[in-house]
Amino acid sequence: MQNILKELEERRAQARLGGGQKRIDTQHSRGKLTARERIEVLLDEGSFEEYDMFVEHRNTDFGMEKNKIPGDGVVTGRGTINGRLVFVFSQDFTVFGGALSETFAEKICKVMDMAAKVGAPVIGLNDSGGARIQEGVASLAGYAEVFQRNIEQSGVIPQLSVIMGPCAGGAVYSPAMTDFIFMVKDTSYMFVTGPDVVKTVTQEEVTQEELGGAITHTTKSSVADLAFENDVEALLQTRRFYDFLPLNNREQPPVRESFDDPDRLEMSLDTLIPDNPNKPYDMLELIHKTVDEGDFMEVQPDFAGNLIVGFGRIEGATVGIVANQPMVLAGCLDIDSSRKGARFVRFCDCFNIPIVTLVDVPGFLPGTSQEYGGIIKHGAKLLYAFGEATVPKVTVITRKAYGGAYDVMSSKHLRADVNYAWPTAEIAVMGAKGAVEIIFRKDIGDEEKIAAHTKEYEDRFANPFVAASRGFIDEVIMPHSTRKRVSSALRILKNKDVQMPWKKHDNLPL
Amino acid sequence: MIKKILIANRGEIACRVIKTARQMGIKTVAVYSEADRDALHVKMADETVFIGPAAAAESYLVIDKILAAIEETGADAVHPGYGFLSENSTFANALKEKGVAFIGPNVRAIEAMGDKIESKKLASDAGVSTVPGYMGVIKDEAEAVNIASDIGYPVMLKASAGGGGKGMRIAYNDEEAAEGFTSATNEAISSFGDDRVFVEKFIEDPRHIEIQVLGDKHGNVIYLGERECSIQRRHQKVIEEAPSPFLTEELRKQMGEQAVALAQAVDYDSAGTVEMIVDPKGGFYFLEMNTRLQVEHPVTELITGVDLVEQMIRSAAGEELSLSQDDITLTGWAVESRIYAEDPLRNFLPSIGRIERYIPPTDIEGVRIDTGIEEGSEISIFYDPMIAKLCTYALTRDEAIAQMSLALDAYYLRGISHNVNFLSAVMAHPRFQSGNLSTNFIAEEYPDGFEGADLPQASLDTLVAVALVANECEQARAATISGQVSAPDFSLREDWIVTLDGEVYEVGYKEATAGRDVFFDGRFLNIQTNWTPGNPLFSGLINGEPFTVEIDKTDSGLRLAYDGASLEALVQTPRLAELAAYMPEKIAPDTSKMLLCPMPGLIVSVAVEEGEEVFAGQALAVVEAMKMENILRAEKDAVVSKVLAAPGDSFAVDQVIMEFE
Repeated sequence: MQNILKELEERRAQARLGGGQKRIDTQHSRGKLTARERIEVLLDEGSFEEYDMFVEHRNTDFGMEKNKIPGDGVVTGRGTINGRLVFVFSQDFTVFGGALSETFAEKICKVMDMAAKVGAPVIGLNDSGGARIQEGVASLAGYAEVFQRNIEQSGVIPQLSVIMGPCAGGAVYSPAMTDFIFMVKDTSYMFVTGPDVVKTVTQEEVTQEELGGAITHTTKSSVADLAFENDVEALLQTRRFYDFLPLNNREQPPVRESFDDPDRLEMSLDTLIPDNPNKPYDMLELIHKTVDEGDFMEVQPDFAGNLIVGFGRIEGATVGIVANQPMVLAGCLDIDSSRKGARFVRFCDCFNIPIVTLVDVPGFLPGTSQEYGGIIKHGAKLLYAFGEATVPKVTVITRKAYGGAYDVMSSKHLRADVNYAWPTAEIAVMGAKGAVEIIFRKDIGDEEKIAAHTKEYEDRFANPFVAASRGFIDEVIMPHSTRKRVSSALRILKNKDVQMPWKKHDNLPL
Repeated sequence: MIKKILIANRGEIACRVIKTARQMGIKTVAVYSEADRDALHVKMADETVFIGPAAAAESYLVIDKILAAIEETGADAVHPGYGFLSENSTFANALKEKGVAFIGPNVRAIEAMGDKIESKKLASDAGVSTVPGYMGVIKDEAEAVNIASDIGYPVMLKASAGGGGKGMRIAYNDEEAAEGFTSATNEAISSFGDDRVFVEKFIEDPRHIEIQVLGDKHGNVIYLGERECSIQRRHQKVIEEAPSPFLTEELRKQMGEQAVALAQAVDYDSAGTVEMIVDPKGGFYFLEMNTRLQVEHPVTELITGVDLVEQMIRSAAGEELSLSQDDITLTGWAVESRIYAEDPLRNFLPSIGRIERYIPPTDIEGVRIDTGIEEGSEISIFYDPMIAKLCTYALTRDEAIAQMSLALDAYYLRGISHNVNFLSAVMAHPRFQSGNLSTNFIAEEYPDGFEGADLPQASLDTLVAVALVANECEQARAATISGQVSAPDFSLREDWIVTLDGEVYEVGYKEATAGRDVFFDGRFLNIQTNWTPGNPLFSGLINGEPFTVEIDKTDSGLRLAYDGASLEALVQTPRLAELAAYMPEKIAPDTSKMLLCPMPGLIVSVAVEEGEEVFAGQALAVVEAMKMENILRAEKDAVVSKVLAAPGDSFAVDQVIMEFE
């Protein structure tokens, strides 16, 4: 009996070594942790239970039958983050360079299926050279099996990808379909075709980092949501992020103890809006003073900065924040910010996360590049996302809410539940100057008349009361009471129940 | 008696005057510019009058606008505060003509003392010792160089109308004398509208000690002891105290009596200050007399118990001084720290912006805070960058300094850079604590600027304990999350690795009868706190002693600010620390071949061209911010490859002005 037990221990020890000490050392020398070490950092201490540790590939081509390593290049299993269940797969670069085989894919599919069955998120830690070429189409089939599960489980359980090494070719499409992608600076990259192929086809010289590094994907392409300095930081911040997410689409967002008074008043917000309407202010200050303890986890902070999205908590429960940022492009909506906002709003709606929208929007960004780029359809995505969202929606207009962009930003007309405006709000078709030049075209050139008309327009519309008199704004609130108002609105909306008409699925303007 | 006072000023001093006026049952009127619509002094006053654009030259300095405001509100007295019109005799005269009381001295006294050249003559006539110098007005650079070398270097070039460090330059050689003359003249024009500059011998290792005097319209003048204001940076006072650790009772009396003699020579009838420089042997020289309330007057109020603003108001109303010289006793010790919007880590460059978070240490014993700001206030380019004056008062100097250290640690400000870290470092400095001061203190003790305080081991130990407890509280709270499949392990982990700015501590951690016990390297600490996550201030007791640490979360761990230092703290299990050790160190991008704009400001001039060879110390460009001209110099010999700035450009902090090959 002792021998049998001992054998298990020996087999486990061997499996834990993955591709062997030499390759583990190489991994470390590159500033990277091994697949198992990453799981250790990500999960609660001692909570990981591994699946399929002894799985080996079945390939017999190119001498692969003599080259088998237990686990076959991916570590899978389950564990907890602060006591909440999570399923994990962690690609092991020390085993065949993390290349994906048929059995490797089967292991991933197994945890994904299990996760979907029990309603818990999946976190994928990616560090793979790509398909296991020796297996040919079997490997491609493996990818597609993973893709199909990403698709089926989208909107059912949250799926997170952390890119911690190479992720190239077909392999990128699994993370691409997950809800959020985090990357590690300098040691991870994602691209469909690498620098060599790029050079052959387009003559462009580009490094891996420039083509698909963490900075590229969080600032230029928006493929990734957050970039971190190293493996440890990425994994610890993934833990922090995980605490904002519900386990699945049937559960409410998690609640934890809060040390912040939901009725806290912030007198300084009364002076947040500058006297000069063209002067920007930092919308992040309002966010920090609205959420619990000023703890806000921004998503895509370095892309389309004119729209801020991210998670915070109110009374300990997760809320999604969508806010125009007057500091960047005056907070206007454009192609990038509309796409960014739409995807975030849809994620919140999938997973029952209430949406708090803070509005200071002068309109859509004009220009040929925007129109040629399809701002009509991209802008419609954000409009669509807000309109279809049935989660609690609370909106606060702080200053400008002009034109179509007013409608888009979770307006009453898009079935927002509670719409507040600060006394500084201006809800109008456009700014006074532009409006006067259209309405009083004949007076252009007569400065005195234009000034009088402008003043008249401002007096009429540069305030929240016209909209409030029509019921488009439920209440004009003091800026200092924003947290208190938003907290109480969310409290009454807890049991909100709205059904959309039955459909197979929608057809949003992709 | 006066019924309604208009305060022809802004900021903390306007608030200060309003407080006393209110206590005396006198109504107050605040005036405000475009930039001060939401300012605290406007909120505090009974009535308010708008007086125009943000630039002081178009609002606070315009006599007609103040007179109109007096007319409008029917104020029967004006308190000018300090700066602005406080020492403007035209203004005082205009008030006199209108029959409005000026809460300050008579016009003759202002005129006599307002001009540095005249006042110096007057002082030597009254038998007060003065510093050797050239009393005439200098015409140009060449004359400045001639006169300076006659007197003998080092010399000081000073704007005749100057004050507050503006329009002053020290020169150690001809080249600096020429350069100093030009920049002092420029600053004199932009700050005072008066380009007269004079020169005098510069006394080395001096202390700045000033005597507070108080007079009435009945010929009485008394002195209220001294203030030591030796801790200065670029002639701007930073820390003041009363009494001075240097003065003997005898010297105090001598200086006080001379100050009174000088005041009596001009029939001085309000609060005023006679500034002296004192050499290490106890010789003292008249510097100037300020015919107004000084910024640092609170320290005198704290040790004498006299409300100087009240005394000024009573004198202006014609009342006789109720205090005689014998009534004045100095009790205890007061220290004042001036909290400025500037970044000590970037060579004290001015910082502007909105104060996003402001938590003053009001609940610490013996603390007095004079401020004109609150959370949400804006520090603008238009006015003085002082945020607040933080005073502590105790029986002894050591205690007052200790209280100041505590108060500074608990002073939480975000949104702008501030000098609290630097002030903390000075409080902890052995030389400051010993009282061995001179106006060169900062230049001598921080010759290469300020890079954050070096904490003694005991302070680092405190931070280790704070990081551990903060980590435990955060973890315990994280474990309260709903939807758990298995309850997290609640037993307290006893072995931890704490890293402070790269320094590793292997620490034992245990529950104690009160709080937690922390032990490492043969040392032992007990820490107690009521801290909860999200609170930016971590207060508690270390081995029974109170402390406060500022705590901010970062992506990788915690940032702790304490006693003038700011450190990154990581709390890890031994296993996590082992894994974290594999993480590569990231190297910051190379900016050594660039000249970065050190502060937001306006490019006044660019002194070099592309392709030009420059040598270390050469002036490259001038940036104006907060009305101060800052000369940016080459750090080493180099060749300019690219100039990206032109005069008149607005530059943001860290924007590249030029690149080198």
